[in-house]
Amino acid sequence: MKYLHLIWAALFRRKTRTILTLVSIIAAFLLFGMLDAVRTGFDQAGNSANGAERLQTGSRLSFIQTLPQSLEARIAQVPGVKMVTYANWFGGAYQDPHNQVFSFAVEPNYLDLYPEMQVSAAERKAFDNTRTGALVGEKLAERFHWKVGDKIPMQSTIFPNHEGSKNWTFDIVGILHSKDKKAGGFYDQMFLLNWKYFDETTPYNRGTVGWYVTRVTDVNQADRVAKAIDAISANSDHETRTQTEAAATANWMKQLADIGLIVSSIMGAVFFTLLLLSGNTMMQAVRERTSELAVLKTIGFSSHSVLAMVLAESVLLLLLGGVLGLGLAMLMVGGIQSKMGGAIPMAPVDAGIWTHGLLLMVVVGLLVGALPAIRAMRLNIVDALAGR
Amino acid sequence: MGTLIDIQNLAKTYERGKQKVEVLHHVNLAIAEGDFLALMGPSGSGKTTLLNLMGGLDTPSAGSITVGGQRIDQLGGGALAKWRASNVGFVFQFYNLMPMLSAQRNVELPLLLTKLSSAQRKKNASIALQLVGLADRATHKPSELSGGQQQRVAIARAIVSDPTLLVCDEPTGDLDRQSAEDVLGLLQQLNREHGKTIVMVTHDPKAAEYASHTLHLDKGTLVEQALV
Repeated sequence: MKYLHLIWAALFRRKTRTILTLVSIIAAFLLFGMLDAVRTGFDQAGNSANGAERLQTGSRLSFIQTLPQSLEARIAQVPGVKMVTYANWFGGAYQDPHNQVFSFAVEPNYLDLYPEMQVSAAERKAFDNTRTGALVGEKLAERFHWKVGDKIPMQSTIFPNHEGSKNWTFDIVGILHSKDKKAGGFYDQMFLLNWKYFDETTPYNRGTVGWYVTRVTDVNQADRVAKAIDAISANSDHETRTQTEAAATANWMKQLADIGLIVSSIMGAVFFTLLLLSGNTMMQAVRERTSELAVLKTIGFSSHSVLAMVLAESVLLLLLGGVLGLGLAMLMVGGIQSKMGGAIPMAPVDAGIWTHGLLLMVVVGLLVGALPAIRAMRLNIVDALAGR
Repeated sequence: MGTLIDIQNLAKTYERGKQKVEVLHHVNLAIAEGDFLALMGPSGSGKTTLLNLMGGLDTPSAGSITVGGQRIDQLGGGALAKWRASNVGFVFQFYNLMPMLSAQRNVELPLLLTKLSSAQRKKNASIALQLVGLADRATHKPSELSGGQQQRVAIARAIVSDPTLLVCDEPTGDLDRQSAEDVLGLLQQLNREHGKTIVMVTHDPKAAEYASHTLHLDKGTLVEQALV
C-alpha cells in the first residue's frame, strides 16, 4: 500500500494516453457487462422453481411443426402427470409489423400451470367467458396505453382468420402481472388469447396445437415422465420431444442463435484488441521511464519490487477502467430492463458477473504488464543510467 | 579515522560485441571514513565505472571492494540492493528525480524501503529538505524548480536514510556557476558537519577544490594514490 502513490503517479505520468487507454478499457468492460448479462439472461430462461416442475412437449422435427390435439388426453393419463395444457404461437404485431408482441393462443387452464403470472379472479373469469378476450402483460399494456375494456386490432404474422385477412380484433379483459419482477419480466410482455377463438377463426389450425405443457407431481420423476410422454407418439408421423422448460427454452433459443458463441466471439475479439492496446501503452510507459526505474533500483528497490510495481500499475489500469465499465453496464442493464420490462432476456449485473469481470481485469492486467515488467526487472542500472 | 572503502586489484572489463574493453586495470585504493574525494580524469578514463563499483551499482571483473568492512563484490543482486539502500546515497548529473512526484515525495522514496511509518517518513523527508534549504519547496514538482534546486532535492534524497557514503557523479555538470557553488558548498557542509564520506566524479577543477583529496584516473589506472 505504501507504494500506491508511486504506482498511481506513474500511471498518470502521461495523462492523455492513460485516459484514452482507460476509455477503451471502459468500453470493453461495458460491452462485457452487457453481453454477459444477455448471455446469463438466456441461460437462466426457464430455470425458475416452477419451470423445473414443467415439461414442454413439442415436435421432434422442429418447433414450428404442430401436434394433434388428441394427444392431450393421452398425456394426462401418463403416471406422474398432474396437469396438462397446450398453446400455440399467434405471432401478433400491433399497428406496425415491427411492434412484435409475445402472443399465444392458450387453453383455459393454461394459467393454472403458470402461478408466476397473476391475474385477478374477476379478470380470469372475464377471459374464460369472452371469446375474443385477451389478457395482456402490464408492461405491454403500458407500452401501448391499453386498458381493460379496450377493443384492439392485432395483426397475426402467421395466421389468417376465416375471411382470409390477418387482421384480428380482441377485447382486453385483464392485466397480467408477473409475480417476480426480476426473474419474470417476460410475463409482463405477454399477450394471451382464447384457444377457442383462435382455433375456430383460423382455417390453418384445426385439431392441432403448437406444444403441450405438463406439470409433474414429482420433479425427481420428470425424466421418466418425459420418456413416457414421448413413447406415446413413438414411430408415428408426429414424434415428440419432451424436455424440462429450461432445456426447451435453451433449445428454442439455440434455434434462434447460439448466444453463448456469439457473446464469446465478440468478447474474444474485444479483449484481444484490448490486450494489444493496453500492452502497447504499458510498453511505451515503461520504455519512457527507463532512467526512473534505474534510479529506483539504484536507491535500493530490488528487481522483484520493480517487477511487482509495473505489474501493479498494469492491473490498476485495468481495474480502474474495468470497474467503471462494469458499473456503467450495471446502470445501463438496469435502465434497459426497466424500459423494456424483460422483453430482452437480460440478467442484472450481479455478483457473478462482477466476480467474472474482476478476474478478467486482473488476468488481462497481468498479461498486459508481464512483458514490460520483465523488461523493467532485468534493467541493467549502469546501462539505463547511461542511456544505453 | 579508519578506512571506509578498501579496493584491491580491481579490474573491470566490458564486452562490446566480440570485443573486450578493459576499463579499469588493477586499481588499489583506500578511502578514509569522512573523506571528501574528487575523482578526475579525461572522458573514458573509468571514473564513472569506478564510482559505480564503489556504490554497488556494478560488479567487478576481478579484485575486491570492501566498504565498511563488507565485501560488496561478493554480494548477489538482491543483497546488493539492500546494501545500497542502507549504506549509499547517490547524486547524479541530471538529478534523476521522479517528475510526477513532489520534492517531498521524491525525498521520501528511499524511506519506502524502511519500516518507518508514513508520519515518520514525512518528518524525515522534511528534515532533509530543511537541511538543503528547500523546506518551502516541499510541494513543488521538479519541473517547478530550477536546476540547482532540483540537485539539492536530489541531495536531500541521497542523505534522507542517513547513509555513510555519498556517491556523486558530476553533480554540478548541468548547473550554472552560482548553483554549482551552492551545491558544492552543501556537499562540503555534509562532509564537514555531518561526517559523510563523499566520492565525487568531476571534470571541473574548481569543483574538485571543495574536496579534501583529488585522484586522477587515466586509461583505467590511478595516477595518484590516496593515502589514509
